[in-house]
Amino acid sequence: MSGCVHDLGGSRPLGSIEVEPNEPPFKADWERRVFGMTATVMAHEHANESEFRHAIERMDPDWYLGSSYYEHWLTGLATLLVEKGLVDREELERHGGASFPLSRPADPSAAALDPPRRGESATFEIGQNVRVRRLEPRGHSRCPAYVRGRTGTIVRRDGEHTVPDVEAHSEERPTEPTYSVRFDAAELWGGEAEPGASICVDLWESYLEPVR
Amino acid sequence: MTGPAHHLGPPSPVEQRAAALEAVLTAKGLVSPEFIDGVVSLYENDIGPLNGAKVVARAWVDPAYRQRLLDDGTAAIAELGFGGPQGEHMVVVENTETLHNVVVCTLCSCYPWPVLGLPPAWYKAPPYRARMVREPRAVLAELGVELSDSVEVRVWDSSAEVRYMVLPERPSGTDDLTESELAGLVTRDAMVGVTRF
Repeated sequence: MSGCVHDLGGSRPLGSIEVEPNEPPFKADWERRVFGMTATVMAHEHANESEFRHAIERMDPDWYLGSSYYEHWLTGLATLLVEKGLVDREELERHGGASFPLSRPADPSAAALDPPRRGESATFEIGQNVRVRRLEPRGHSRCPAYVRGRTGTIVRRDGEHTVPDVEAHSEERPTEPTYSVRFDAAELWGGEAEPGASICVDLWESYLEPVR
Repeated sequence: MTGPAHHLGPPSPVEQRAAALEAVLTAKGLVSPEFIDGVVSLYENDIGPLNGAKVVARAWVDPAYRQRLLDDGTAAIAELGFGGPQGEHMVVVENTETLHNVVVCTLCSCYPWPVLGLPPAWYKAPPYRARMVREPRAVLAELGVELSDSVEVRVWDSSAEVRYMVLPERPSGTDDLTESELAGLVTRDAMVGVTRF
């Protein structure tokens, strides 16, 4: 499960939910600057959302879990800009007067391994039962581990969108239908499931296979 | 430039790194302080849960709007002038007497910015993301929502391009309120689904 620290659905134990009343959007000025820098870089298309997410997901797991949300953004943004050659790490360290830790490099085989199956299957219909493929992505994916191998029902079709697993690793921009798939809690959690609960997860077509 | 303007003592390592990145990006012309200020101001001053509250209040007073909102959230929300990043594909899910909806993003922090603003820290933190899909009733109870067994709970994991907003039930005893008074009752948490009227 290395490289999947962000894929948190169903993990435990992770403690209680800490609610801070009247929390402001940003707690410190550096958070504002990081948000604004990221928005600028994205707006100018120096990087795409899938690449940005993947750069965050490649943080050392202990660092990811032990650092704040905007430290994730700062690290992901700096990692991407260094990898794209837009910024030198040495330059950042000279300006900061200290080391500038970055995320781990991407697995060079990520884009080539376990390619999603595309363009083969018919589009699924609302009400149809589908099973989530047991993918083991080496790179970025938006298929949460907690639904892999599980069976659910298509409840909504959301048109076609570019596939994040490809977009994060290559210049290709294939599109695929995405669906909302409803899973009964018992299908995901067995005897531990709460009664009267279901979970709907939004999934690209290549994550799914028909139930025969 | 950033600096230790809001607290005493030297800047923390993460503050120093943020300042270094901004200095380098500014020198290269990749970002400008003015653009950053503009984007930040938008999310601190203009875009927040009041937008979503106006959508909910309109749906409560106008049944035809409610239907349009449930049929095509993006278009109905745009009728009130709201849209933009993280709101390009909106789906609105409606609470009823027997159904409670709640929104999570287990993989990161996807959230409907144009109607709710930026997400609170708890929404982005590991405990909420991990637990909401496994034990939604327990998490909701912890947050003060006691659901009876007759109420089904439906969790929406924003794992692809759709962003979700919950349409809460209109509270009883509000027949005399105007649309803007109703909007004043609607909270961010109700639209995420961690509060129930």
